[in-house]
Amino acid sequence: MKLDLSGLQSFPSIPGSAVDDLGEDLFAAPSFQLPACSDFDGFQKDAIQMVKPAKGTTTLAFIFKEGVIVAADSRASMGGYISSQSVKKIIEINPYMLGTMAGGAADCQFWHRNLGIKCRLHELANKRRISVTGASKLLANILYSYRGMGLSVGTMIAGWDEKGPGLYYVDSEGGRLKGTRFSVGSGSPYAYGVLDSGYRFDMTVEEAAELARRAIYHATFRDGASGGVASVYHVGPDGWNKLSGDDVGELHYKYYPVAPTPVEQEMTDAPAA
Amino acid sequence: MARYDRAITVFSPDGHLFQVEYALEAVRKGNAAVGVRGTDTVVLGVEKKSTPAPRLPIVSLDTHIALACAGLKADARVLINRARIECQSHRLTVEDPVTVEYITRYIAGLQQKYTQSGGVRPFGLSTLIVGFDPYTGVPALYQTDPSGTFSAWKANATGRNSNSMREFLEKNYKETSGQETVKLAIRTLLEVVESGGKNIEIAVVTKEHGLRQLDEAEIDAIVAEIEAEKAAAEAAKKAPSKDT
Repeated sequence: MKLDLSGLQSFPSIPGSAVDDLGEDLFAAPSFQLPACSDFDGFQKDAIQMVKPAKGTTTLAFIFKEGVIVAADSRASMGGYISSQSVKKIIEINPYMLGTMAGGAADCQFWHRNLGIKCRLHELANKRRISVTGASKLLANILYSYRGMGLSVGTMIAGWDEKGPGLYYVDSEGGRLKGTRFSVGSGSPYAYGVLDSGYRFDMTVEEAAELARRAIYHATFRDGASGGVASVYHVGPDGWNKLSGDDVGELHYKYYPVAPTPVEQEMTDAPAA
Repeated sequence: MARYDRAITVFSPDGHLFQVEYALEAVRKGNAAVGVRGTDTVVLGVEKKSTPAPRLPIVSLDTHIALACAGLKADARVLINRARIECQSHRLTVEDPVTVEYITRYIAGLQQKYTQSGGVRPFGLSTLIVGFDPYTGVPALYQTDPSGTFSAWKANATGRNSNSMREFLEKNYKETSGQETVKLAIRTLLEVVESGGKNIEIAVVTKEHGLRQLDEAEIDAIVAEIEAEKAAAEAAKKAPSKDT
């Protein structure tokens, strides 16, 4: 049984023409023989469980009056071991588009870079920037063609194009959603709590950044797989720029400063014998 | 022994691609076609030949893009089908309608491929492609030819007697809008075609209404208007000399 991916390919070129080779290498979707077993779905589920790393992270993004805020933590974990506290989870696809990383780090990094290449080629061929809609669709189509092969990507594509601010959620199951507020990762329930209750469409950039920072902080407080540094980016009409990167430990003491408790009795040194 | 890897289009010693030039000859024998770009309207016009040769009307490639061609009609069908699929495929992969420039580039690229491959001959047609940019709303007119080159135009003509039509346009073109653009296209066609609605087919593309084919009665009405204007101009020329 062979997967039919012809719908995802552009119209097949005529035999003997060599001009499309570069395009084929970059854009061809793979196809391969699938195992002939009785319960293919069950087999797929087992296979995915074996390779799927838990998406231990917290990332969020939301659209508001002044554009898009994108924020993420920076912890990488392998099971119970914290392998890094300084991972860049917000990937700069190009000067006006950002992608977030959740799931397999290599998968996210590679496919975002690949998306950056495609966006640039689109710009060169069509003399205008690709829209956020188009970019997210390109990524979603690629991830869909690898569906079931163990890719683990839960990403948000945020940017500002001719239609204004744009935000899409794209994942390795092939799903693609347009929305105004998303949070992805193991810490997302905690982040959603803070984000949803504090969100207003007309906030200033500083207010929105502070909301994002708090949401990431709260997620890192409760979720063991999230931590490190809370980075906050803003995407406006002129592109993105990084607003802050604060260590969540320091944020904790900023939000909940330790009040010195009054001491009843002070201990004194014992007199030297 | 047939050698399918042997190209039909090869260079001549003095740098010509004769097959492409012969294809251009086929275009010159096709029906006359004209395209005019106005500020808010683009118009395509083709001559309806009275001979029984099958005629391809002006076709739409998408809701906002129309195409007229001159040359071999069978080749046109193939090219138009491929272009229509590409328009939809583009909508699927980037969720955006194609721009006129993009689909022109695609069609021209296709025409060029067939001048540089083994066992095939070039498409024997030139196309006039009109439409509106889906976001900026700017109207555009492009022309492609069998060699695979394409360029943007304010107005152009192809097919039979295209030289006379082009001369007329060079003398009489000015920025127009709405009905004036339609009139200019019809006046150009009338230079080389017997007058009357039954010999001309006109399609008008506007941003609001997309592609609209004018029916015979409408064309006849405009032709009558043009004739009246011509007659009035003639009379005006004669009148002053009568007074002296």
